[in-house]
Amino acid sequence: MHARAETAASWPEEIFSILQRFEVRQVPYVPDAGHSELIERVLGSSSMRGIALTTEEEGVALLAGAWAGGQRGVLLMQSSGVGNCINMLSLVQIFRLPFLTLVTMRGEWGEFNPWQVPMGSNTQGILELSGIKVLRASRPDEVREVVEAGAAQAYNACTPTAVLLSQRLIGAKVFTK
Amino acid sequence: MSKANLLDRRAVVSELLRDRKGAFAIGGLGASTYDIAAAGDHDRNFYLWGGMGGAVMIGLGLALAQPTLPVVVITGDGEMLMGMGSLATVGLQQPKNLSIIVLDNEAYGETGGQTSHTGGTADLVGVAKACGIGDSRAISTMAEVEAFASSLQDVTAGPRFASAKIDGANLERVLSSRDGTYIVNRIRGSIGHTPI
Repeated sequence: MHARAETAASWPEEIFSILQRFEVRQVPYVPDAGHSELIERVLGSSSMRGIALTTEEEGVALLAGAWAGGQRGVLLMQSSGVGNCINMLSLVQIFRLPFLTLVTMRGEWGEFNPWQVPMGSNTQGILELSGIKVLRASRPDEVREVVEAGAAQAYNACTPTAVLLSQRLIGAKVFTK
Repeated sequence: MSKANLLDRRAVVSELLRDRKGAFAIGGLGASTYDIAAAGDHDRNFYLWGGMGGAVMIGLGLALAQPTLPVVVITGDGEMLMGMGSLATVGLQQPKNLSIIVLDNEAYGETGGQTSHTGGTADLVGVAKACGIGDSRAISTMAEVEAFASSLQDVTAGPRFASAKIDGANLERVLSSRDGTYIVNRIRGSIGHTPI
């Protein structure tokens, strides 16, 4: 259960529109509560294909194949998934991929579960060490422009980019018995 | 090391690609990339020199992007074992134009020939079948390789999976290009995409 920030047009809906505008076709994901609304939109879309993964690194390889075949994609995952991707992120540099990932953050801003903290604390560093530019959105009203900038530099400039969606934005997961 | 009645890996790959038409061929990290290079360089060869465990997923991304063209992933048992979850992902997506063949020597040939799980208890054909790849078979003769080679041209009946037990002899390396950007842009160019 998540306590969500309320906005007029929901930020996941804004992200979906941006992905449509950039002609994204393949959307690999490992489910995360913070991405649930966007995943639903993707799975209901006629122009995008949502592809459930068993582990996040599959998504990096999938996007390399998609790019070779002439399609754009975006990888949706949670911060812990970034750790699962490390070696496969070599492909991003080796193929100079127009790589975009949207990462929902855990392990920060009121986290309840200590097991999320080590990877959440290292997410940005690992991405940067892997040659990926990191942008962050922490408020609902900045999601649109941050994701738009990320998509533009990834797809237009082949500059691999991760957009971190802060736990402050998503709302800390509430654990109840 | 060599056992009788095992297939020759170069003969298998050469047969798979002999009449490839427009097919894309992805070679997993290690000897399968050399086998594809040995069969002849081609602008739709996707050579991998890293990203172990990623070959099938690269094949899936390409197959979904180009559904009218055959895509064949040719990889080794060690590479396949590392990306075994991707068989579940392929099973869920059911790409009709994707074929996967494992050249199974039951060993990590590039690192000294250590025994892999397929030399012990793991059955990759069983895994593929259990993941929802209905057409999953073990191959032990060149006639079966020929049948697989012609079936991979059918882009309406995949996904399909095969495992061929091959001779474990380490053959002379045939080195492909290792420039990833060149390899990928050459594939893109072959389907009409210009550089950014």
